[in-house]
Amino acid sequence: MVTTNPAALPADWRDILALTKPRVMSLVVFTGLCGMLAAPALPPLALGFTAILCIALGAGACGALNQWYEADIDAKMRRTAKRPLPAGRMDRQSALHFGVGLGAFSVLLMGLATNWLAAVLLAASILFYVLVYTVWLKPRTPQNIVIGGAAGAFPPLIGWVAATGSIAPLPLLLFAIIFLWTPPHFWALSLFVRSDYAAAGIPMLPVVAGVRSTRRQIFLYSLPMAAAAIAPWQFELTGPLYGVAAIILSLAFLLLAARVFANGATEPRQMEPEKHLFGFSVFYLFALFAALVADRWIA
Amino acid sequence: MKLEEEVVRRQRDRAKIMAWLLGGFVVLLFFITIAKTGINW
Repeated sequence: MVTTNPAALPADWRDILALTKPRVMSLVVFTGLCGMLAAPALPPLALGFTAILCIALGAGACGALNQWYEADIDAKMRRTAKRPLPAGRMDRQSALHFGVGLGAFSVLLMGLATNWLAAVLLAASILFYVLVYTVWLKPRTPQNIVIGGAAGAFPPLIGWVAATGSIAPLPLLLFAIIFLWTPPHFWALSLFVRSDYAAAGIPMLPVVAGVRSTRRQIFLYSLPMAAAAIAPWQFELTGPLYGVAAIILSLAFLLLAARVFANGATEPRQMEPEKHLFGFSVFYLFALFAALVADRWIA
Repeated sequence: MKLEEEVVRRQRDRAKIMAWLLGGFVVLLFFITIAKTGINW
């Protein structure tokens, strides 16, 4: 056991890895990879791998910079208090240097290995997440996740552009799906951890507008999300395999969102429908994008 | 003494990981170059 302030020690590599939010990164990498695999032409393996690596590193940079900026807020929330910075296992300046370095490296490598449009989109997504969402919107407005959701919607677009060098309707629809999926996904979470957000002074929708209004918003946002999910098939940009999967998955999502809407509980332990929706929303995105790739390569 | 050991352990772990990452990056640059120049094996 070390008896001194852990922040005075060089950070453990596990803490540096935790700074990149690996679980969030996995979803980003998956959607980016699917965006690339859905493109009409694939890049050589080394370049495709590098593009996905750059998306992962860019997401890691976002995680590090987010934790650097929100270390004080994270310390007030049970869910995030054990992260390296609030727990005092790492100093903030190291996190800042790591985040900026990783972000710059990912953009440069993307530009050199694939094309500069993909690099610009990657840079835009990192800057949007850090400056627009984390610094500007999150502490100020309950619409933070609505607008900020755009940052997480970039990966499939970047994956597609890395492969083709240009933007097309299908990746823009993939962008729209994740953009519209983000509010119901995060609001479901924020319903059962709202006391954490309230304690940290973050104006998430359940804290500002209440649980009833949030449940209504979750259901209302699920409707255009479902429409966007089915749109690639309706516009004949994908085949029936994707169309059937999108319809079934979206109906299940709407059913769970309706259960959330009907739930009147205010205590987190009674919020099973919200927890189910949150869990399913992650599966939904994975399954939808997997169906997209399956449709492109199998059907 | 224990503090020094912990510092050395962490530095050693990080140095090893950095070495692997740099090695991997060199290999990646090699394959990127091959792919960009369009050489067929």
